[in-house]
Amino acid sequence: MHDLTPTPALGAATQTIGTVTVAENTGVALASVAARTGGENTCTKVLKAVLGAVPDVGRTVLHDPEAGFWMGPDQWMIGAPMDTHEDIADQLKAKLGDAASVTEQSGAWVAFDVTGERMPDMCEILCNIPIRKMVAGDVRRTMIHQLGCFVIRRAAYDHIRILGPRASAKSLHHALITAATSVA
Amino acid sequence: MKQKNRIDGGQIDRDTKLRFTFDGHVYHGHAGDTLASALLANGVRLMGRSFKYHRPRGPLTAGSEEPNALVQLRSRARQEPNTRATTAELFDGLTATSQNRLGSLSFDLLAINDRVSNFLTAGFYYKTFMWPKAFWEKVYEPIIRRAAGLGSLSLQDDPDVYDKGFLHCDLLIIGAGPAGLMAALTAARSGADVILADEDFRMGGRLNSETFAIGDEAGADWAAQTVAELAAMPNVRLMARTTVIGAFDHGTYGAVERVSDHIATPLDGKPRQILWRIYAQKTVLAAGAIERPIAFNNNDRPGIMTASALRSYANRFGVAVGRRTAIFTNNDDGHRTAADLHAKGLKVTVIDPRPDAPRSMGYEVLAGAQVTDTMGRLGLTFVQVRFSDGTDRTIECNALGVSGGWNPNVHMTCHQQGRPAWNDALAAFVPDALPVGMTVAGAAKGDLSTAGALLGGATAARTALGLKGRIPKMPQAEDAPVSVTPFWYVEGASRAWLDQQNDVTVKDVKLSHQEGFKSVEHLKRYTTLGMATDQGKTANMGGLAIMAELAGKTIPEVGTTMFRPPYTPVAIGALGGRHRGQDFHPKRLTPTHAWAEEQGAVFVEVGNWMRAQWFPRAGETTWRESVDREVLATRGSVGVCDVTTLGKVDVQGADAAAFLNMIYCNGFAKLPVGKVRYGLMLREDGIAMDDGTAARMADDHFVVTTTTANALPVYRHMEFVRQCLVPDMDVQLISTTEAWAQYAVAGPNARRVLEKIVDQDISNDAFPFMACGDITVCGGLRARLFRISFSGELAYEIAVPTAYGDALIRRIMDAGAEFDITPYGTEALGVMRMEKGHAAGNELNGTTTAANLGMGRMVSTMKDSIGAVLSRREGMNQSDDLRAVGVKPIDLADKVPAGAHLMAADGPVAAAHDQGYVTSACYSPNLGHHIALAFLKDGSNRIGEIMRLVSPLTGVDVDVEICSAHFIDPEGERLRA
Repeated sequence: MHDLTPTPALGAATQTIGTVTVAENTGVALASVAARTGGENTCTKVLKAVLGAVPDVGRTVLHDPEAGFWMGPDQWMIGAPMDTHEDIADQLKAKLGDAASVTEQSGAWVAFDVTGERMPDMCEILCNIPIRKMVAGDVRRTMIHQLGCFVIRRAAYDHIRILGPRASAKSLHHALITAATSVA
Repeated sequence: MKQKNRIDGGQIDRDTKLRFTFDGHVYHGHAGDTLASALLANGVRLMGRSFKYHRPRGPLTAGSEEPNALVQLRSRARQEPNTRATTAELFDGLTATSQNRLGSLSFDLLAINDRVSNFLTAGFYYKTFMWPKAFWEKVYEPIIRRAAGLGSLSLQDDPDVYDKGFLHCDLLIIGAGPAGLMAALTAARSGADVILADEDFRMGGRLNSETFAIGDEAGADWAAQTVAELAAMPNVRLMARTTVIGAFDHGTYGAVERVSDHIATPLDGKPRQILWRIYAQKTVLAAGAIERPIAFNNNDRPGIMTASALRSYANRFGVAVGRRTAIFTNNDDGHRTAADLHAKGLKVTVIDPRPDAPRSMGYEVLAGAQVTDTMGRLGLTFVQVRFSDGTDRTIECNALGVSGGWNPNVHMTCHQQGRPAWNDALAAFVPDALPVGMTVAGAAKGDLSTAGALLGGATAARTALGLKGRIPKMPQAEDAPVSVTPFWYVEGASRAWLDQQNDVTVKDVKLSHQEGFKSVEHLKRYTTLGMATDQGKTANMGGLAIMAELAGKTIPEVGTTMFRPPYTPVAIGALGGRHRGQDFHPKRLTPTHAWAEEQGAVFVEVGNWMRAQWFPRAGETTWRESVDREVLATRGSVGVCDVTTLGKVDVQGADAAAFLNMIYCNGFAKLPVGKVRYGLMLREDGIAMDDGTAARMADDHFVVTTTTANALPVYRHMEFVRQCLVPDMDVQLISTTEAWAQYAVAGPNARRVLEKIVDQDISNDAFPFMACGDITVCGGLRARLFRISFSGELAYEIAVPTAYGDALIRRIMDAGAEFDITPYGTEALGVMRMEKGHAAGNELNGTTTAANLGMGRMVSTMKDSIGAVLSRREGMNQSDDLRAVGVKPIDLADKVPAGAHLMAADGPVAAAHDQGYVTSACYSPNLGHHIALAFLKDGSNRIGEIMRLVSPLTGVDVDVEICSAHFIDPEGERLRA
């Protein structure tokens, strides 16, 4: 067992501005899955077994403990609690074998959970997604503050999770707080 | 000061008194006033000076089409020029000043221009000031610019913030007059998601300015109730103070919401304005119409305005512009103004050129008469009227309403190249070709009656949304027919103003025609008709009509100029949004950023990355001292550098090796697992694109590294190749640049340091030069190790998941303490790579080939790869092609700066004799003198030659010796140690 301590992407304290709360979520392990030629059926079977269903275009399967969303044709991002799934890429690769290319993504992303009554208002000045029409499980790839991000509408009506590039966590957080202040 | 022109009625809040200043004078108005209505209530008609002739001007309108009443709002950094007083919502503490004057507003010294107007006609500056030529830029133009113009900028940073946002809806309705409100009501009741946007702060459009009833209630009350009903519906977004500025592709609209312009300063953190991008499935344009004036002599005096504006000021704002009013109209709508003003107890005279003009029992109507002139230096005092029998009469009045008919607001229908159609009954253009998804309703469509607007709004919404069934019964409303006999200008005028914002007269249009500028586009450029902030909303039709008359054509034959966004002026701040200053673009921080800050690192921006440039220590007074120390310490013992920023692309799949063989010009198919190879990518045209390494982690898995700056272009290039050129290959790409923290540990003690961290054997035998592999560190953390070297030293690059990056750098520093491990930055990295002769961005500069770089033989002839064929073009393979070489000074004290050019030692110094140029240069602390990398014609055969390095621009002229680019360890013994 190694003795290195991980650090969060930002380490920012949870902030509530008006009704909107922005919280860094450091507990998400991520791995991407891309079906290889001829491996599509195996991917479908494995993802069904892991998630309960294969995420459709623009959709997330909010499953426990693993969840996943569609990223592109035959490409998905799979997430799970970091505490239990830090080796999520290895776990998936073991199941998928040569049917898919699996890449560890935990370190590539920062996750922010945004909640609150005015979250949709905040979203509208952050990114070009139809937030008010999105239902639980909908996911959109979009730009926030010039950063490519995923926005996932979670089960609660007022909850979204934003995945953004980890190296720009500070800039992204600044954009979120600025927008929250703007609509507060 | 008493509001001497305030009369009863209107939709202002008389219980809320607001204090404001105009040119330093204190006035009072009420909530619900505009700046213009409040000034008029206080008896102030003079609000500005005209653009060219500095003629006194007051408001011509009561809306956003205003050409005259432009003022500077607010003060100091918040000063905003060219703001229309007619739309500026009054607030307590508002400060406004007049603009474009020298002296006071009532005594403008530049009004001398009006006296010499005969010399300043349209296009005068094309014909005069031609001599002496040198005077134009230094003398004439500055004088003209000083004399002409509008407001001025504060030249201070805008202290306010602006947002940009995105909205989506089923139906966007532009304009909240009777048509827009009814469209919104119809759509909202059907359950559609509706956005209703209106530029005014009070929705209702003309209903707020009229005395018409809708059903059993006043039009304004009906509007207020409808707005209240809409506001209570969850599927409706009401956006007052929001101007839709343009119709763009595919149902996308731009809109500026003035969030805080009606208060003195925005609340903390709140935007002043928001620029919305609205994605609408369908759109109803209900933007109304604009009343057009009639041109006659001196028709620009303060107190002269459109008749509908007089009606708005009286009915909506409770303001009588003048106690004695004249109305000059060619249509029945002008008589409505007369009737409304008369009902408010004002003395009114109507001048109507139609012999059969309607008569009134309450006020005087002069049928068959025309206004031929006006008097009053700073404001209207008299109008002169000529009857059809040639007799004249002078009428004392201080307000004159002019009505020449109405022009539908077709602008938004034309933003996608659509052209309007001519309507004879209205003598106006109406919408014809429409942007995709747009329907037009109400006055914007040419339905000028209230009943027509209500029905049109409902019908448009139903059509847009595809609603079935019968249209519900509309409330009873005014439904007067509209018929206009065109009457554009009064004959014989010497100064009849068409475009009051640009001081364009009827004569100017005639001059334009006379001089051959007959096309409407030429007319616009020659006279400036229709330019500037109002874009000729009240002027264009008059200009077209006169040009048509002169050309013997109809108005539709003359055509219109192109309407383009924005509909009204937009603050640059709104277009910029939050992306200014530090927020212009996001930053990327490496996992060691906090640690590097603790070390006092000086950072440099590379792309968006913040990279440590060097780490100064106490006592070091120049950056060179720090960099020299870092270089010597690394070559002497061991150094560590954060190279996380290098691009990393995960390449997986059965055809991963074949794919890389295609991407790189050198071979990768046979690279063994566990080995790294340097690779060079070419563009399609054979020019070097980027270099880096590819590490084979497994048969079907490579990790490709790119330069920091090219990480994105290379990834995009690879994706293009994968998706478009070799779609049948089984290969998957994903950028993992940010997923891994990666550090270069370099120097003779590098292995000793890493042996304390890496769990596996990394001896030279077990892990030789160019080895790679998955390893674990610190007792089991997954990691990757690459035995590669940019510095030329024994070196490794070690990578761990980013979350462990901070912990690993600290562990490396602890492990290296006994070897005096030294963190080094990008400057030291640059020095070491130059000492070693490694190419970087300066050498891969978009003009160089593999051959130039001395890597010509890397371009494999045994396979196909991108750029390989074109790299063999004859023109790129000449005997005297540039080759990479090293350069060192003869006098070791001399510098050999980048950018300087190489010339023959005894030849002339001239571009024609250029032999090559220096791309990278530095001081080498190991060699004790400056060194450089350069490209030199036939360079590889000129080693040892003495040349001149010159830069005439910077005064460089030194003797240099051409040498190998490998200044340090040319045999590579250190990196294989």
